[in-house]
Amino acid sequence: MKFFGLVDGSDSSLRKFLASLPAVDQVGADSRAAMLATRSIKASSKRWAIDTAIRMVDLTTLEGADTRGKVEALCTKAVRPDPTNPDVPSVGAVCVYNDMVGIARTHLDLIGGQHVGVAAVSTAFPSGRASMSVKIQDTQDAIDAGASEIDMVIDRGAFLSGNYIDVFNEIVAIREICGDKAHLKVIFETGELVTYDNVRKASFLAMAAGAHFIKTSTGKVAPAATAPVVLVMLEAVRDFYAMTQVRIGVKPAGGIRTTKDAIKQLVLVNETAGPDWLTPSLFRIGASALLNDLLMQRMKMDDGYYASPQYVTID
Amino acid sequence: MSFEYAPAPESRTVVSIKAKYGHFIGGKFVAGNKHFPTINPATEEVLSQIALAGKAEVDAAVKAARKAYTTTWSKMSGRERGKYLFRIARIMQERSREFAVLETLDNGKPIRESRDTDIPLAAAHFFYHAGWADKLEYAGLGTVTKAHGVAGQIIPWNFPLLMLAWKVAPALAAGNTVVLKPAESTSLTALLFAEVCQQAELPAGVVNIVTGDGSTGALIVNHPGIDKIAFTGSTEVGKLIARAVAPTSKSVTLELGGKAANIVFEDAAIDEAVEGIVNGIFFNQGHVCCAGSRLLLQENIAEEVLEKLKVRMAKIRVGDPMDKNTDLGAINSKEQLNKITELTATGDSEGAQRWSAPCELPGKGFWFAPTIFIGVTQTHRIAREEIFGPVLSVLTFRTPQEAIDKANNTPFGLSAGIWSDKGSKILWASSQLRAGVIWANTFNKFDPTSPFGGYKESGWGREGGRHGLSAYLKGASHE
Amino acid sequence: MSNRIDVKKTYKLYINGVFPRTESGRTYEVKNAKGDFIANPCLASRKDLKDAVVAARAAQPGWNKATAYNKGQILYRIAEMLEGRSAQFVDEICAVTGVTKTAAVKEVNESVDRLVWYAGWSDKISSLTGALNPVAGPYYNFTIPESMGVIAAIAPESPSLLGLIDAISPIIVGGNTVVVLASNKAPLSAMSFAEVLATSDVPAGVINILTGKKEEIAPWMASHMDIDGFDISGLNKKMHTDIKVAGAENLKRIYSFKAAEPGRILAFLENKTVWHPIGI
Repeated sequence: MKFFGLVDGSDSSLRKFLASLPAVDQVGADSRAAMLATRSIKASSKRWAIDTAIRMVDLTTLEGADTRGKVEALCTKAVRPDPTNPDVPSVGAVCVYNDMVGIARTHLDLIGGQHVGVAAVSTAFPSGRASMSVKIQDTQDAIDAGASEIDMVIDRGAFLSGNYIDVFNEIVAIREICGDKAHLKVIFETGELVTYDNVRKASFLAMAAGAHFIKTSTGKVAPAATAPVVLVMLEAVRDFYAMTQVRIGVKPAGGIRTTKDAIKQLVLVNETAGPDWLTPSLFRIGASALLNDLLMQRMKMDDGYYASPQYVTID
Repeated sequence: MSFEYAPAPESRTVVSIKAKYGHFIGGKFVAGNKHFPTINPATEEVLSQIALAGKAEVDAAVKAARKAYTTTWSKMSGRERGKYLFRIARIMQERSREFAVLETLDNGKPIRESRDTDIPLAAAHFFYHAGWADKLEYAGLGTVTKAHGVAGQIIPWNFPLLMLAWKVAPALAAGNTVVLKPAESTSLTALLFAEVCQQAELPAGVVNIVTGDGSTGALIVNHPGIDKIAFTGSTEVGKLIARAVAPTSKSVTLELGGKAANIVFEDAAIDEAVEGIVNGIFFNQGHVCCAGSRLLLQENIAEEVLEKLKVRMAKIRVGDPMDKNTDLGAINSKEQLNKITELTATGDSEGAQRWSAPCELPGKGFWFAPTIFIGVTQTHRIAREEIFGPVLSVLTFRTPQEAIDKANNTPFGLSAGIWSDKGSKILWASSQLRAGVIWANTFNKFDPTSPFGGYKESGWGREGGRHGLSAYLKGASHE
Repeated sequence: MSNRIDVKKTYKLYINGVFPRTESGRTYEVKNAKGDFIANPCLASRKDLKDAVVAARAAQPGWNKATAYNKGQILYRIAEMLEGRSAQFVDEICAVTGVTKTAAVKEVNESVDRLVWYAGWSDKISSLTGALNPVAGPYYNFTIPESMGVIAAIAPESPSLLGLIDAISPIIVGGNTVVVLASNKAPLSAMSFAEVLATSDVPAGVINILTGKKEEIAPWMASHMDIDGFDISGLNKKMHTDIKVAGAENLKRIYSFKAAEPGRILAFLENKTVWHPIGI
């Protein structure tokens, strides 16, 4: 059924659907997230969490100064994060601007990283301020260059001015281009949507429009992937599954730098959406510095003493 | 492999429990006469032997308190008294880990709660009231700034140290001296608090702690040398106390039972409401007088909320209270477990549908799985009587007025919860509910600045805030 | 001297805004200071008390809901009505108690002024005794005084009018309704005061006045489970213990007072604390 039978694609049905969603109480959501952050993850569960987190990382470089050299180095790291230890799994994907997609795909394939995806940020990332034709072309280029994942941004201006249908239609259009070639992640830039009510609305809007993943942030705006924002999105995918029997993934991005942060995210997943979501196909973490901290913690667990950054590669 | 949390036990090496305790009278620990065991309800391990105070010990404690009142405490300026309270607050903060571990061992509550709620709040109560000691003349309308004299204080086992703080801090700030009796099954943190009084160099006799059972409590209530009684416990005992002090001029405050309605309206923030329901009834194993033990769901959302509630309840981690990840600890005593078991059996026999979260209960100790009863009506015993355990009775309503009528249809009136996203409805409902504490879009929140206490058979007076302080000042007990 | 025969008043009870006779049919004799017969007021029964409590309970939500401004105006209206009929009250007080006219005038004037004083409290008590509590968290938290419900009161034997007004006014000014037992020896001004109430915009059932024996009615009041509070200022101290023991059955708030003070109002108010999160 189109749009899972939740909406019919009209403005009025979308408004009605979004208005039917229950409110989020900010203080309540904050305190639930804070409580889950007190979970103490030790020993075998920590070991499992670190490896799972590594497999969930979308190793990211999104800079104006990105070059072939930088991107190829990133790809190498993505495939074999710890060159001294082949037990360390590869990350989920690399995440780059669309003109770097070809370079990344080629290099990954060259070094035996066929299993590592390439995610391209799209639709005039990070602001989303461009014409629809530019956004479509942006996406098409990335897919043509071999992107298996598209991280699009929504038009926050349209969302905040109440033109939900425009946001919806954009997602539908980009999803159509993705077809079966690429997974679509929809970035809300929750730091600009500000309220949790908006985050919940955006989540359901994107899921009904066909997103495979909902993603918090571009990494260019703070606050980004705060625990309560991720909590609200995890509640949304859980409820969407109850409505449609379809599991949508969640990707926090921005601000997750330490193993502790990452494990807190996994606890949120485990206790909100549930263990089914504890897989890279349904949970990704957009990060760059995080990977090395995970590696250092992993070394500490193996060796029994704290590691030094000298023993992990910078990129 | 899935994400099973490995055990994360708090270390108990931070506490040293003596084999046997006495009483704290006149600034010294004095040996007890008879003793009874105190156990860890999570393991049934005997932790120590607690002294049972009889007439001689209570007399000695009252005498010490009177002496301290007459010779020292009533003559000291409020400013100086306040500094002792500040000292106590600081020492409690310094030794908070020790208090938390001891509380959890003795009471069975999760270390997360003793660490994050009980102990910090107890210290906060001393900090708050310390500042009152030299400002009593501003404490109310026409307040008489004179203390009662000697206060006899009897506290329950559900929040042992916190209830001590609720009682002792305002009493001392107002200039009273105290004789306090902790609950029979949870005396250890009160005895550690006695050490804090010593470290703070609190003048001898200002705080006296006698341990024992109900018979010791009765000796305190009926003691002619006591001017003020403060009690937290069951309504049944509260009524006995009210009768016992009737011929005397003792001033009395009572914090008694409750059967709070937690009302979820159709426009509530559902996920937070579910959290609030869980926090309302499963916080501290439901051993909370103000627990949201009657869930009133608007009928058009009842099914959705119950589904979500069950999913959420299945995530409650029941087990070793010392594990930092435990959400629901042990039932405090075998006696209490029997009471819960018996009352819930009436839920079955009266036709309500029981649902318990699937969880593995430890083999030793006293445990009860988080449980809800669906299809409960006002006439079920489990909708009227305080279960004081992790058991929620679920009722439904059709209109806001019906919710209020059902919520108020009880002799209790301690607390109530409201969940709605509509401001005017929240204010309407909070004005209609006959209860002393209304939590709107939250539940089970406590603060030293916030008065707490009940309407109707839930008690007399308030604790906390300016209103609570006035209970320890002469002539202002009705405020 | 005229040969005209006086038309004497039958003194009845005041329940739910009307003047019924006691259902028991019992009366007692009130005499003046010289021992001459004056009237046969009612000896209220347990059922009269019950009826009064039912009326008071029914009237309470409406009275509680009236704005503080409105309650203040109604108390002031009682004062106006009393002032207008003060001569009658002076005569009755003189006749029954035998005090001088000057003393009676003083009591009536003080009664009027006391009503005015209480009237002014209606819209001040919550600002003075309520609180915004600075809790350590993102919550808006306030405490407000709220009416307790149905309060019983025993008015003192004397002063019979001023004492009655001191019993009634602090109870009703905060939104409670009241069932009061008037002075036994001097009940006439109480029943005439009921006529003042009946013409003062006081909603039916808010104030109910009984006459009769304290020894009978006070224990019934103490044990009545639908009475929330009890002012026993007018009751002999010897009875206090038994009254408090009986009142413990529903944990009635039982107090006695020595003077007119704001504490009398606060005694029969409950403090309600409301929490709400602050967020967006």
